[in-house]
Amino acid sequence: MTDITEVAMNSAPASITNKVQTNRGIGSNAAPVIVVEHVRKKFRLYHERNNSLKAALMRRRVAKFEDFWAIDDVSFDIRPGETFGIIGENGSGKSTMLKCIARILRPDHGSITTKGKISALLELGAGFHPELSGRENVYLNGSILGLSKRELDAKFDEIVDFAGLSTFIDQPVKNYSSGMYVRLGFSIAINVDPDILLVDEVLAVGDENFQRRCAEKFAELQNNGKTIVLVSHAMGQVRALCDRLAWMNHGKLEMVGPAKEVIDNYLGDVHVERFRRGPGAEVRWGTGEVNIDAIELLVGNDPTPVLTVRQGDQVTIRIRYSVPGAPVARPVFGFAIYRSDGVHVTGVNYREHGMVPEELSGVGSYDFVVDHWPVFTGTFDLSAAAQNINYTQTYDWWQNAVRFETAPGAFVEAEGVLILPGEWKHQVSKR
Amino acid sequence: MTALAEMIERRELLTNLTLRELRGKFKRTALGWAWSMLNPLSQIAIYSLVFSFFLGGIPEVGNPSGLNNFTLWLTCGLLTWNFTNSGLQATIPSLLGNSNLVKKVYFPREFIAASSVLSWLVTFLIELIVLCFFFLFFGQVVFQWIPLVVIFVAMQTLFVLGLALMFSALNVYFRDVQHFVGIFMQMWFYLTPIVYRTAYADEKIHSAIGRTIYGLNPMLRFVDAYRDLLYSQRVPPLATWLGCLGVSIVSLLVGWAVFSRLEPRFAEEL
Repeated sequence: MTDITEVAMNSAPASITNKVQTNRGIGSNAAPVIVVEHVRKKFRLYHERNNSLKAALMRRRVAKFEDFWAIDDVSFDIRPGETFGIIGENGSGKSTMLKCIARILRPDHGSITTKGKISALLELGAGFHPELSGRENVYLNGSILGLSKRELDAKFDEIVDFAGLSTFIDQPVKNYSSGMYVRLGFSIAINVDPDILLVDEVLAVGDENFQRRCAEKFAELQNNGKTIVLVSHAMGQVRALCDRLAWMNHGKLEMVGPAKEVIDNYLGDVHVERFRRGPGAEVRWGTGEVNIDAIELLVGNDPTPVLTVRQGDQVTIRIRYSVPGAPVARPVFGFAIYRSDGVHVTGVNYREHGMVPEELSGVGSYDFVVDHWPVFTGTFDLSAAAQNINYTQTYDWWQNAVRFETAPGAFVEAEGVLILPGEWKHQVSKR
Repeated sequence: MTALAEMIERRELLTNLTLRELRGKFKRTALGWAWSMLNPLSQIAIYSLVFSFFLGGIPEVGNPSGLNNFTLWLTCGLLTWNFTNSGLQATIPSLLGNSNLVKKVYFPREFIAASSVLSWLVTFLIELIVLCFFFLFFGQVVFQWIPLVVIFVAMQTLFVLGLALMFSALNVYFRDVQHFVGIFMQMWFYLTPIVYRTAYADEKIHSAIGRTIYGLNPMLRFVDAYRDLLYSQRVPPLATWLGCLGVSIVSLLVGWAVFSRLEPRFAEEL
């Protein structure tokens, strides 16, 4: 889900994301529209759940349970017109927070005050009645989300067009494909025209075409000064859309601030912690005449390996090797980079560079130096291999040896995989 | 009171949820809405056969209408009972049935229970209209009593709504409630003078305390009220008015209080 979302948002036309970042004036002094004050929310973890009266009576108490604080003393403000993200790992309490703002859950302590009409996109098509037609469900679901009959009459065509379901609108929704179902749900929810829109990772809906229209609609809402609260762990999406972020960790608020600042801290923290232990996708095989001892990423002249590089950094990919036995004739080293969603970014070996030694022995390292790191933001896996000259024998193949992050650098934010190392020129043919 | 204001503001949603209940009820059945008539009709036929023909049950004689017809007399009680019975039994599992809504969208949760009760109210009203024409067929014009009938229907709706709110909320926590109520309703049916006369019960119960306890049954008041109005064509006695009014107000207040108390944790418990 995360990966799809990230791809989708990354592939959104650059014009949209740029508009998002430049065209909005957010009243930083305006009174906040959402005030979260010292909110605590506990869940009961039942050891033996009494869902039956008999069980409750037999044990002479309601149930054995332990309290678990899903949200622990969290406070923040959200200002009108801003797009506010809540990030954190699974189980950090971010979705619970969103449900509290949506009034689906009620905090045990503290308060949440909101101003204006709220619409929550937590599950698309919640409340669709399978036996009723698409048309009837538009009215029903719209009404559940807070639209009046008159508003729905006015918006009906727009909703149906947006979902791309004109021909099926009088069919019962149980005959819809899951894509159609969700598209209709999204289309209704996005047309509610709320003052505050709460979104929980639901933007990965439908095909590419629908995705693009969603992104456009989203940008339109932002431009119209709507407040959006987004829960996500797709960093690409969050970075592209959000002005400010709250980072939650085990129910506590770790940090609130400008998106860029929070993401940098979050990635620094999460990735150091998680990836040093070695990624789970690591696979390694080979005959062992040549060993790859380490694969390192270095930035500038700093000899300490890193796991986060920035766009535009001078990056060295260093493959440390050792030959345990007899010298090996004409070995070839190479590496490959895949983005975490599977996009093959690059594959490089030095055979094409004419670097193959006649014989290799002892211990050493090969460096591949990139002057200006040209890869866009995201999570990447680095693999390296040592093979013979014909690639018929593999000495050591280390798949996904290092997982690293590319963070935004000095470059202007755009979308895609690569920053092309080019420049613009302008010719005037006629004045 | 803000909760009430919110409900009033969003009353359109209540209408739509009620329509959803009504539309969903007979979708994909060949006879569709005809079922809502066929069910009570067959029930009336069977009960008339069993209790009048086989068991020799006799109706009250309408005063002043002079009617002496077991089926009409039975129907007044049976339709009244059906509204309470269906309204309650269909509504108790309604929060569980709509758990996807409760967990994903905010709106006044009372609406889920209320829309279910209201959908049965609509059924009841249609049945009452058909019943009026039945009376007409037997030469009785009862249309002038409709305003008073409507008042009792309103009171009975509040009564059923209160019970439905309370038990549907409890059912979220203890799923036994729906089964327990199912058994209780069977007993309640026979404790209410529907297939026998109120006078018959009074003859059979010898102690005064027993008769008082028997008379506490709120459904007895409602059944009496509709029979007075439609079958006998007279204004029900003051005790019936006060009893129905009191029981509907108490039921609603208690039911709503219980519901409001349990409501904050619905999304977690479902």
